[in-house]
Amino acid sequence: MPEGLTTQTLLYSGAVTRPRAQPDYVEAPLRAFAIATIFWGIAGFLVGVLIAAQLAYPALNFGLEYTSFGRVRPLHTSAVIFAFGGNALFLTSLYVVQRTCRARLFGGEETAWFLFWGYQFFIAIAATGYLLGITQGKEYAEPEWYADLWLTVLWVSYLVVYGGTILRREEPHIYVANWFFLAFIITVAVLHLGNNVSIPVSLFGAKSYGAASGVQDAMIQWWYGHNAVGFFLTAGFLGMMYYFVPKQAERPVYSYRLSIVHFWALTFLYIWAGPHHLHHTALPDWAQTLGMVFSIMLWMPSWGGMINGLMTLSGAWDKLRTDPGLRFSVASLGFYGIATFEGPVMSIRAVNSLSHYTDWTIGHVHSGALGWNGFITFGVLYWLVPRLWGRTQLWSTRMASWHFWIATLGILLYITSMWVSGIMQGLMWRAYDHLGFLQYAFVETVAALHPYYVIRALGGVLYLTGALLMAYNLWRTVRMPVAEAVADRTVNALPAAA
Amino acid sequence: MPDAMHDALHAAPHATPHRDEHTGTTTTGHEWDGIRELNTPLPRWWLYTFYACIAFAALWVVLYPALPFTGTGLLGYTARGAADADRAAQATAAEPMLARLRAASPDEILADADLRGYAVAGGRVAFANTCAGCHGAGGQGNPGFPNLADDEWLWGGSLAAVERTIRHGIRAPDDEETRTSMMPRFVADGLLTSAQANDVAEHVLSLTDRATDKAAAGRGAAVFAENCASCHGERGEGNREMGAPRLSDQVWLYGGDKATILRIVSYGRGGAMPAWERRLDPATIRMLTVYVQSLGGTEPAAQ
Repeated sequence: MPEGLTTQTLLYSGAVTRPRAQPDYVEAPLRAFAIATIFWGIAGFLVGVLIAAQLAYPALNFGLEYTSFGRVRPLHTSAVIFAFGGNALFLTSLYVVQRTCRARLFGGEETAWFLFWGYQFFIAIAATGYLLGITQGKEYAEPEWYADLWLTVLWVSYLVVYGGTILRREEPHIYVANWFFLAFIITVAVLHLGNNVSIPVSLFGAKSYGAASGVQDAMIQWWYGHNAVGFFLTAGFLGMMYYFVPKQAERPVYSYRLSIVHFWALTFLYIWAGPHHLHHTALPDWAQTLGMVFSIMLWMPSWGGMINGLMTLSGAWDKLRTDPGLRFSVASLGFYGIATFEGPVMSIRAVNSLSHYTDWTIGHVHSGALGWNGFITFGVLYWLVPRLWGRTQLWSTRMASWHFWIATLGILLYITSMWVSGIMQGLMWRAYDHLGFLQYAFVETVAALHPYYVIRALGGVLYLTGALLMAYNLWRTVRMPVAEAVADRTVNALPAAA
Repeated sequence: MPDAMHDALHAAPHATPHRDEHTGTTTTGHEWDGIRELNTPLPRWWLYTFYACIAFAALWVVLYPALPFTGTGLLGYTARGAADADRAAQATAAEPMLARLRAASPDEILADADLRGYAVAGGRVAFANTCAGCHGAGGQGNPGFPNLADDEWLWGGSLAAVERTIRHGIRAPDDEETRTSMMPRFVADGLLTSAQANDVAEHVLSLTDRATDKAAAGRGAAVFAENCASCHGERGEGNREMGAPRLSDQVWLYGGDKATILRIVSYGRGGAMPAWERRLDPATIRMLTVYVQSLGGTEPAAQ
């Protein structure tokens, strides 16, 4: 390369290494986060399959309180959101912030190990609490006060590590992925503190009582709950998208302007949308309407992320044929688009009067969770795990391809069965006969759901099967002798991590 | 030379726009770990759809209650008002038939095909939502919860008796007129010894020819006459005034084996049913009565 250009010539293709000195990035704890992501993902999917099967066949509650649906269901939601999703977010945010700031992680390897073990400890005390019946009874915020306090300590450390790395950056500007990760970290901190104000009954007892009660408590809970979706599962994962999709596609991000506008619109609008979870409740009408109109306004800001991701592939669509990891990322953006269109529709009060309390909501959540959060994480893992372990290619691209199709079929079974059962359930609840009586008793509406519950459980089994294939594939990738990997690199060569 | 490398080598220096060859669009000039950003303007359709959503939101805020302390919006909508209007419309539509139903006695309802069909249709859903949990989807009963489709009635099987049971319940704590008598705890309260309880259980079995110990059954007859006959009758024929089950047939509320009988003699029994008058309107209770009749087990009033 001609001298004089090299120092400032920057390549968006990772295939060519950059001449500038690369800091000594922290990587060992990130490998641990990657393993934890896969481990908790499989655990969470497995528990999901169990509770789906319990809904179809109640005998699978086994008559034990520890395995009853009421305790295992929060175990599933927390395992997939906070354990699988959380570890994926730690992994990617700490990887991305170092590379896009060209700075070693603030606090170094020891602090990153503290974050890793501290977070696993939080997961362990939260999960054991659920099984023992210890819960605040707040959706996605079930852990009691002792676990909440520990998470607060850990989360502040996370912010310090993350923010510290940004402050010591060598790049003049903060990359868009880092805006999203920062919005995720800061907002989750605010949400966590706001929704967990409670007074323990005793210093050595698990039980506490929340400071708010009644409809105020419900409003705070859904301000939290909806923004757990908005900032944990959306902003954080958009942070992932903004780094890994351009990397996988080896293309520039489609529109800088769109990224700015949709970032600020999303951040400003999401925080108001929570009341749509409380349509037709004791919440004042004005708050319900406000939640609805903010949800409608969220449609385009959400799609801004999808457009920016998909259009980044412009000029690289052919890579979908050969790179299953990229296929996961692109499909995830499709599911993100479906879910963020469906959400505003369901927030409309009249639609919500049909959808609320039905399986439609469950299907909606899972098109986001399985399709968007799950798939983009799989895409990232297929790209990142080989690089974190110094490998240049996957052990089997074919197996990753199988994972993609099996999991996609699983999602389709899941969400279509829940659409059908949810809409049917809502229509049955409100059906009157010609004499003016309810057409169906509640128990008849439950009996009608059975076949769809079986299909849903089958969808879950397929999704879990795909994840097991991924775990095996990545394990073989990591165990692959380096020499063999290098010898074969012409076949499915992955560009090296820059 | 690959395109990417070609681009890179001919790129302008850092922070100066660089043109992407594939799209022909310039980048912002910044680069992070190999990632650049194009200077693509906002897609028009995206922007205008966003504006349309904002306009829709603004319109909705004016039409509907959407801000604190500002009343109900131009349309005067309230969720409670809308629900009340729905209920009123439903009640108005239902009123002609309900008025006829309320005015008619259960026997008159049975005699009028229209009214009977109406009551059975309304009773079916009310039964499934309020009664089936204990009495079973077809009124077939469960251990401790009587079968409503057979000819055995604890407290009377006429339409009037069934309606009274639905209205006031059995041992309902919040109803003055509920039925209250219950089986004593003979052994637990020291009224009988364990041996006497065993004898009387054998005697009860002997009423249906199932005694396992004839001598004990013989001894039990005296115990039965002294302690049980006042409610269950001298030959165990039962007493509906007391809700005392007939012991001389094959219908058992909790089970007819010796262990179950011994347990009941020792520790008593007293199942409860809510007083539905407090939760259901009179027309629904009447429809339930007629629906229970349709299950096949009720008796004419004369009996």
